Amino acid sequence: MMKEQLEKIKALAESELEKCGAADALEALRVKYLGKKGELTAILKQMGGLSAEERPVVGQLANSVRQTIEEKLAARAAELKSELAAKKLKEETLDVTLPAKPRAVGKLHPLTVTLNEVKEIFLGMGFEVAEGPEVETDYYCFEALNMPPHHPARDTQDTFYINENVLLRTQTSSVQIRTMENKKPPIRIISPGRVYRSDAVDATHSPLFHQIEGLVVDKGVTMADLNGTLELLMKRLYGEDCQIRLRPHHFPYTEPSAEVDMMCFNCHGAGCPMCKNEGYIELLGAGMVHPKVLEGCGIDPEVYSGFAFGIGLERITMGRYQISDMRLLYENDMRFLGQF
Amino acid sequence: MDLSMKWLGDYIDVSDMPIKEFCSGLTISGSKVERWETEGGEISKVVVGKILSVVPHENSDHLVVCKVDVGHASPDILQIVTGASNVHEGDFVPVAMDGSTLPGGVKIKKGKLRGVESNGMLCSLGELGLTTHDFPYAIADGIFIMQQEEDCVPFELGQDIREAIGFDDTSVEFEITSNRPDCMSVIGLARETHATFDRPYTVKKPAYKGIDGDINSMLKVTIHNKELCPRYIAGVVKNVKIGMSPRWMRERLRASGVRPINNFVDITNYVMLEYGHPMHAFDIRYIDNSEINIRNAKEGEKITTLDGTERTLTEKMLVIADANKPVAVAGVMGGEYSGIMDDTVDVVFEAACFDGASVRTTAKALGMRTDASARFEKGLDPQNAYPALMRAFELVEMLGCGEVVKTIIDADYSDKTPKGVEFDPVWINNFLGADIPEDVMRSCLEKLDFRIENGKAYAPSVRIDIECKADIAEEVARIYGYNNIPKTIIRGVADAKLTEKQKLERKTANAMTALGAYEITTYSFISPKYFDKIRLPMDSTLRKTVVISNPLGEDTSVMRTTLLPSMCEVMARNYNNRNAAVCLFELGSEYIPNGGELPDEPVRLSVGAYGGDMDFYGIKGIVDSMLKNIGVEDFEYSAEMNGFGEAEAFHPGRRAVITKDGKAIGILGELHPETLENYGIGVKAYAAKVNVTELLDIANAVKTYKPLPKFPAAVRDLAIVCDENLPVAELEKAIKRAVGNTLESVTLFDVYKGKQIAEGKKSVAYSIAMRSHEGTLTDEQSDAAVKRVLKELEKLGAELRA
Repeated sequence: MMKEQLEKIKALAESELEKCGAADALEALRVKYLGKKGELTAILKQMGGLSAEERPVVGQLANSVRQTIEEKLAARAAELKSELAAKKLKEETLDVTLPAKPRAVGKLHPLTVTLNEVKEIFLGMGFEVAEGPEVETDYYCFEALNMPPHHPARDTQDTFYINENVLLRTQTSSVQIRTMENKKPPIRIISPGRVYRSDAVDATHSPLFHQIEGLVVDKGVTMADLNGTLELLMKRLYGEDCQIRLRPHHFPYTEPSAEVDMMCFNCHGAGCPMCKNEGYIELLGAGMVHPKVLEGCGIDPEVYSGFAFGIGLERITMGRYQISDMRLLYENDMRFLGQF
Repeated sequence: MDLSMKWLGDYIDVSDMPIKEFCSGLTISGSKVERWETEGGEISKVVVGKILSVVPHENSDHLVVCKVDVGHASPDILQIVTGASNVHEGDFVPVAMDGSTLPGGVKIKKGKLRGVESNGMLCSLGELGLTTHDFPYAIADGIFIMQQEEDCVPFELGQDIREAIGFDDTSVEFEITSNRPDCMSVIGLARETHATFDRPYTVKKPAYKGIDGDINSMLKVTIHNKELCPRYIAGVVKNVKIGMSPRWMRERLRASGVRPINNFVDITNYVMLEYGHPMHAFDIRYIDNSEINIRNAKEGEKITTLDGTERTLTEKMLVIADANKPVAVAGVMGGEYSGIMDDTVDVVFEAACFDGASVRTTAKALGMRTDASARFEKGLDPQNAYPALMRAFELVEMLGCGEVVKTIIDADYSDKTPKGVEFDPVWINNFLGADIPEDVMRSCLEKLDFRIENGKAYAPSVRIDIECKADIAEEVARIYGYNNIPKTIIRGVADAKLTEKQKLERKTANAMTALGAYEITTYSFISPKYFDKIRLPMDSTLRKTVVISNPLGEDTSVMRTTLLPSMCEVMARNYNNRNAAVCLFELGSEYIPNGGELPDEPVRLSVGAYGGDMDFYGIKGIVDSMLKNIGVEDFEYSAEMNGFGEAEAFHPGRRAVITKDGKAIGILGELHPETLENYGIGVKAYAAKVNVTELLDIANAVKTYKPLPKFPAAVRDLAIVCDENLPVAELEKAIKRAVGNTLESVTLFDVYKGKQIAEGKKSVAYSIAMRSHEGTLTDEQSDAAVKRVLKELEKLGAELRA
């Protein structure tokens, strides 16, 4: 009789659990069957009326029914939890194509970005970054660089003067002299900075621009070292397939002097409108430091030799970002600055 | 320097070489070609024609109809209508046939002119791209009626017009560096061509017959300043016939970019272009007392130069003078009065050498840079004056335009000792980092006409640039080929690092970008008027600037003493360009006069922002976070303005100075409405400036780890009521003082004015966190601290809000 009741409870509980669709309903079922006043408990309370033979049999059955119900309850609870979780996740689905929330991150000016890269290349080669004044004396800007007063090469650098003896430096080569006066070889420096020339503003000229000057002085420094250093720089800046060529030129402070051209990346030397049909694009000036310049700084040219070079930062920057008008660099329109 | 390839052909034959190869070869060996151009390159299908008949046009009284024979160029006789009135039967004219092209992209097609068929066009000089300087016998406004000229291959019917009139030269433009005046000449470039391509070249010694005569009876030459004039050679040509130069000379001058004038002027120009040495010619009639004095001008002495301008001279200027007056400014320009005229009979030719620096200074002072001065100022070879004069004499006889007096006057004080420079092949290879055999080096130098003797290299005397061993290395290297020198990596040890200043600047820039600001780059020079735009007081020291004496314009005439105007300018430009919001910064130098020769150039940070949610506390947040990020701690803000000249640019109630240990290090705030108006910025804008260089000693570059707390913090929230004008910084200071070293943080979380708060008061709410490293703070300890705080606040008239 009690056995039948137990079987009935089990069957009923199983079926109700199957149908149960919510956590609170599940709890009600637990109370209904397993609670202190639950149906199973009620049956067990009647155990006292059973015979000694029946009691263990029914007791075992009752335990098994309880265990089954408990297991089913737990399983159903787990099922319900994951169903609920799945439902919640589904409800929370977003349109991931809606716009991102903007977070402000500023940017460095394209000239600084390029300069930092150049600095890193040279720091890696053991060059220090030297600095010097922009308002400079005639001596450091010209005279010590083998350009005495009335030297015709002064004409190629239209100079802003403060007074007869003070000017705005036309080249960062002035820092070379200041460095050599204060430091004995070995010297490896680059000196980046602002330089000034009296050029009216247009797409390729600006009265203010930036130069990066390089100087190496030591025993046994050769022109081959200059060639190798410049090639390395250009490959790091423009990629491994970049090719340079040196062309004799004249700077009063170097001898031999060279202008360095890069093979046009557009036509690979064949000639195109981009390189004005020359196949090459002029990049920088360089040379072996003139013995008179070394001597003037108290460095014996019979013992030491050196090379120097000067690169226009604007030219490199404009080249790598394909900026066609230099004025954009100084106008600082947000729509421009935001692109780098 | 424009080089006529036909002219070059007199010295070296490169006629079989493609022009591109010629140009790139010379460029690589050091004579840079800027461009090259074939004369008449745009002209096609224009031929020599003969006018067979000219009849009036039936429908026009200013047009005529010509029948033209163009020989083999067309099987038919061409009918061409023209408006010109200077064509006659039998004339030879340039005929642009149907389908021809002319300079400037003009295309000629057959068609009808007022109903009459016209199969082309008869050309004027101008239509061919020529002038009457090129063909003085022709007229400018009419058809070019061609003449057979002497010393020329006669033209033929139907011949291409360019060939027929010698308008087919190729002109190559070189960029010659200032150390190589010898290359500003046909002969100099022939030498370079020879060295570059290893082809034979020959320079013939000029020769002339001359007539007898004692020049000393005609002329007396005295050099009074041998420093500035080491050599002066004079020769005389008698019974000159002034006229047109032959066509070949005119052609070469034209291809060299020089306008033909008359035979004597043309000869001096021709010699200058060929030998690189300027010459001058005087009319002997106007040389008073037949005396030539090379002397310094007298102060205030006057001369009217060939360009018709009266010039006032100074004592520093060298002149060529007769017994009484200057007749030329030495090496710059001749006088108008003594120039060659149509009725000139006897001419003095001058070939001289003047000091480069002196010519340069004089030309600059007089504001007239001429072809001659541009050459002299680079320093010319006195030895080249002699062959130049000989060449001029040769040309006079060749042109048959005068009788050359055999004898000359040569006042020569020049140094003739050949300058030998040590030729040391081992040193050269060590210097270049190359392995060039000695015989190759010798051959490079010899091709450039160097002579090598007893371990020394002697350059030709025109090579004024050769002075030292490194110069010899360069000559070898450029002929051997710069690009044949190996590429090696520098050896040795070097110790490279950024300086503390450079690191601080980099950190500052990185902090600014992390805070959302974009970097700008602006000019270092500004207009002094910009100081007014930022409301700088008239007596501000910032108005004392480094002034550029020759600025491009007023806008860029003084070096900035403050970055602020540049920042305002950029904000204004962005505002005008309708950029809704910007946040910008610049790291740049200011140029502060200090009484010494050179100004101080401290680095400053400027910040500017408008739009979005930017306000006073926004800009303060940027500066505050930046300072903390780069290691500046315990700085304070104050409404007291000190140390910054730019204070007036800001709103008087919305600006703050940042101080550290009593020293002002920055200023920030909302820009004054008038500043905004001056810049045309139509919204509220904010700016800041920080003295970066001064932070070097303040910013803590070394960071030390502090152990994470082991014990919990005790937090107490207090709402305090105080006078509404009391800066909250005072409250914070009082709290810090009262709590002492257990204080971890004081955070303001509310400021309230209004209901429940008495008029003239405000409520300020703080969250005070206290923590000990020794143990958990007890309630008693925390309460005691709060009591101390309240007591301290009482001194400021602040009390706990009820």
